[in-house]
Amino acid sequence: MPSSLSVQMTTQISYVKSPRQSSSFLFTSTMDVCASSSPTLREFGCEQNLLSRPDGSSSFVQGDTSVLAGVYGPAEVKVSKEIYDRATLEVVMQPKVGLPGVRERAREQCVRETCEASLLSTLHPRSSLTLVLQVVHDDGSLLSCFLNSACMALMDAGLPMSCLFAGVTCAIDTDGQVITDPNAAQEKESRALMTFAIDSTERRVMMSSTRGSFTVHELQQCIAVSQKASDKIFQFYRDSVRRRYSKTL
Amino acid sequence: MVCLFVCVILSYFYVIIHVVYKVGNVLLPGDVFSFQMPESITDSKPEKVVCGPGLRRNGDEVLVCKSGILRHKQPNLYWIDSQQRRYVPGKGESVIGIITAKSGDIFKVDVGGSEQASLSYLAFEGATKRNRPNVQVGDLVYSQFIIANKDMEPELVCIDSCGRANGMGVFGAGGLLFKVSLGLVRRLLAPQSEIAKDLEKMFPFEIVVGMNGRVWVKSKTIQQTLIVANLLESCENMTAQQRQTLFRRVADGSI
Repeated sequence: MPSSLSVQMTTQISYVKSPRQSSSFLFTSTMDVCASSSPTLREFGCEQNLLSRPDGSSSFVQGDTSVLAGVYGPAEVKVSKEIYDRATLEVVMQPKVGLPGVRERAREQCVRETCEASLLSTLHPRSSLTLVLQVVHDDGSLLSCFLNSACMALMDAGLPMSCLFAGVTCAIDTDGQVITDPNAAQEKESRALMTFAIDSTERRVMMSSTRGSFTVHELQQCIAVSQKASDKIFQFYRDSVRRRYSKTL
Repeated sequence: MVCLFVCVILSYFYVIIHVVYKVGNVLLPGDVFSFQMPESITDSKPEKVVCGPGLRRNGDEVLVCKSGILRHKQPNLYWIDSQQRRYVPGKGESVIGIITAKSGDIFKVDVGGSEQASLSYLAFEGATKRNRPNVQVGDLVYSQFIIANKDMEPELVCIDSCGRANGMGVFGAGGLLFKVSLGLVRRLLAPQSEIAKDLEKMFPFEIVVGMNGRVWVKSKTIQQTLIVANLLESCENMTAQQRQTLFRRVADGSI
């Protein structure tokens, strides 16, 4: 039993009015529960509808990692790329410095597969959906931040989805401890790093991307921890969207 | 506030009484839609429910596929009211299109969707094979969809079923065309629209509102036109109170 069980929950709600006067807001919640059963996530915040040109946009912040996402669609598609019965989803990732390389392409593939599994792309055949992700700052758990901002941007654009998804990163350090939502320093020292995309309806794993060596038991443990952490993220999505629509209610 | 728009009826089916979501709640994609039947209906005969935009049938249950507020209209119509920018063509909706090309018998029209719509030159009032309508590339047309589904190319017409123009056709000599969100357009077109009533008090102007988010405004002077355009673009995210104070301030400060 953990001896020090401190539950400190502070909710700080700040309403941010951007120059465009969009209905955007920043909602941050800190939850510091020192118990081995509950995973700890860094402070996260989100803002929707902040860019003027894309059809949907969002910004997601996890601790110091910050990502901007923009969605265009359903729009016109080149005949060479069109699919006769579903929408063509294209994911473009821009790193903070330099041109996109192989690492970005691999991450784009992960995000694209997750999005295609949750979007109802058969409702828009012969159209294109473009998702652009820009790294604003990278301090660990980048792929899960991409997934979360992609989900919020797709919701903001009003694209039909069958479920939501959340990204959670777990790191196994040299002692065998599981750390959720690691920062860059923790990621560097870890023995293994795993990112899972969890769906909202049945909490199943939609996508997994791993690096390093680990046992099957450790993998299952990390999946269980990620499923638990995704509850908080889905609740955060719900609160964010509720706050967004509170003006028109 | 009842929103006036053509509901795309996706499915209707028999539903068993279930108590979960109340009208006016914010729902997210993946939520299973259930609702509460009014207490007055005591017999156990299931009722038909009409699902509008944002709700989809998945086997036995209805899932929410867009995030937004659940709305209800008597007797049995439910839909999700979501804020969206991108237009998806729907049958029967009146939109403002821009002519982009003339090819043979049809015009290609840009309506802001995923593909361009086609408009036949015979679909204007009084148009015959010898008497072609005077439509150039770049003109604005106010027209209605007769075919708009995901499988076929959308088609527009500028006449109603009796062959009369009924307000549709080419327009837009002068004036300003700009884009707003679809939610604002629906609020403007609602039968008891408060935004429209507030705007009427300002000064006289001509306005055409297309369901694809495009609005065309023309007033006596360019300054007044710009004022109306800016007001419409900015009142999207304001509460009624803020909007009225803004309009009052502009009305006092203007000519």
